[in-house]
Amino acid sequence: MRAPVQRYRNILDFALSSLLRRKGRNLALICVYTLVVFVIASLIFFVQSLKREARELLVQAPDMVVQRMVAGRHDPMPAAQAEAIRAIRGVEEVHSRVWGYYYDPVFGGNLTVMGSDDPTLAADAVWIGQGVARNMRVKEGDLISLRGYGGLPMLFAVQKILAEESELVSSDLVLMSPKDVRSLFNFPEGLATDLAITAGNPRELPTIAAKIVEQFPDARPILKSEILRTYEAIFDWRGGLMVVVLGSAVLAFIIFAWDKATGLSAEERKEIGILKSIGWESSDVLLLKFWEGSVVSLTAFLSGVLLAYVHVFFFSASLFEHALKGWSVLFPRYRLMPALDGYQLTVLFFLTVLPYTAATLVPIWRAATVDPDAAMRS
Amino acid sequence: MRKSTLCLSLIGVQSVLFLGMLIHAKAQEGPAARQRQSSAALVRSLGLTDLCLFTEARYTRHPAMADRHAAFQDHPMGLDHFPSGSLIAPPTFPSPHARPRPAVPQHP
Repeated sequence: MRAPVQRYRNILDFALSSLLRRKGRNLALICVYTLVVFVIASLIFFVQSLKREARELLVQAPDMVVQRMVAGRHDPMPAAQAEAIRAIRGVEEVHSRVWGYYYDPVFGGNLTVMGSDDPTLAADAVWIGQGVARNMRVKEGDLISLRGYGGLPMLFAVQKILAEESELVSSDLVLMSPKDVRSLFNFPEGLATDLAITAGNPRELPTIAAKIVEQFPDARPILKSEILRTYEAIFDWRGGLMVVVLGSAVLAFIIFAWDKATGLSAEERKEIGILKSIGWESSDVLLLKFWEGSVVSLTAFLSGVLLAYVHVFFFSASLFEHALKGWSVLFPRYRLMPALDGYQLTVLFFLTVLPYTAATLVPIWRAATVDPDAAMRS
Repeated sequence: MRKSTLCLSLIGVQSVLFLGMLIHAKAQEGPAARQRQSSAALVRSLGLTDLCLFTEARYTRHPAMADRHAAFQDHPMGLDHFPSGSLIAPPTFPSPHARPRPAVPQHP
């Protein structure tokens, strides 16, 4: 039992000495390889975590939201339509939502102003998200001034700052009573931004949606399943951020594996010739190079994945921040919770470690099968 | 010390850390669920429909509620000029008009 283990360890020792002889080159190789794995793994962790948060949180979203479309654009909904929708069989509750966007010219950010029926929310008072508090530099008890659409500034007392844990959904929220929202936006009575509908039986939702469209051809129902599907698709690997980062990382990896696969240096050929002339079998040479490839790829894979985990879940994917921020002034700060997908980690392993190891073995196999004399002379 | 011992120790340490990462992720599920409670309560009480990821444009702040032709919503060939619009794929809604309409029973 000890002899075969000893043999493998001897070959590993030799492989490490061989790697250390080309220290600079191999170190650069491990760094590039680690970086490629790090970028892909960071993106996978980030997207998986956001998708899971969306799945877990938006399951609480309304069963259906109904908007009114005018000339292809979202338009306020008359309250009369809410009454008619409430009368549809299967509809349990219809809630008229009053909300809109407010551009704050002072700090240049967009806020989502929303009416809340919470009885503890006082008139002329607001509850604000952490992002709003951070940007406006206000705390509970302070006053904030918003310029009403009627042209007059309106003062609101900050009654509460929403919990830091809820920043992923509330960072830019300004909650106030529906009456205050109407005054701020000059929003006429009898109209709502959209309707949130609760159905007694969620399986009836498509039927209810069809009846709404039948009755109000200008209505656009959005089902909860569609909201959830949006967030499944939004960071899909085929679109946007994913395809750009994955494309560049995979391209970099292909170039680097191709460089490895397309040939050996004269020094490496000579080394193989010498090893074969002193009695090494072709299988030993292959094993030697397999160890070399495995050490490089395993070290790079494990380092890349571990660094990606720390980057995403301990530093909130700070390297992606500039890409994600875009032109947003109000940028939410949230701590992502780990969501590891064994399947994606396995795919990442097979896509990075195996091709590299295979790419190192092919040219070695070609060189190891030639005559040692020819190998040394070449 | 043999080089192989050092190398195997390094890979061993990395593997232990990798295992630790998996255990940490599993152990965080409880705190994650607790952290999610306040957000979930807010989503339920206000009827929120979207995560607050990008606040620069209305169709990136509320992608689930966005107009159907978000990228060209202002005029034809009005290309998307907000950077985050290029980071996310468009929502995959079926058109409500394309939604299969179940037969509504006709009352005599």
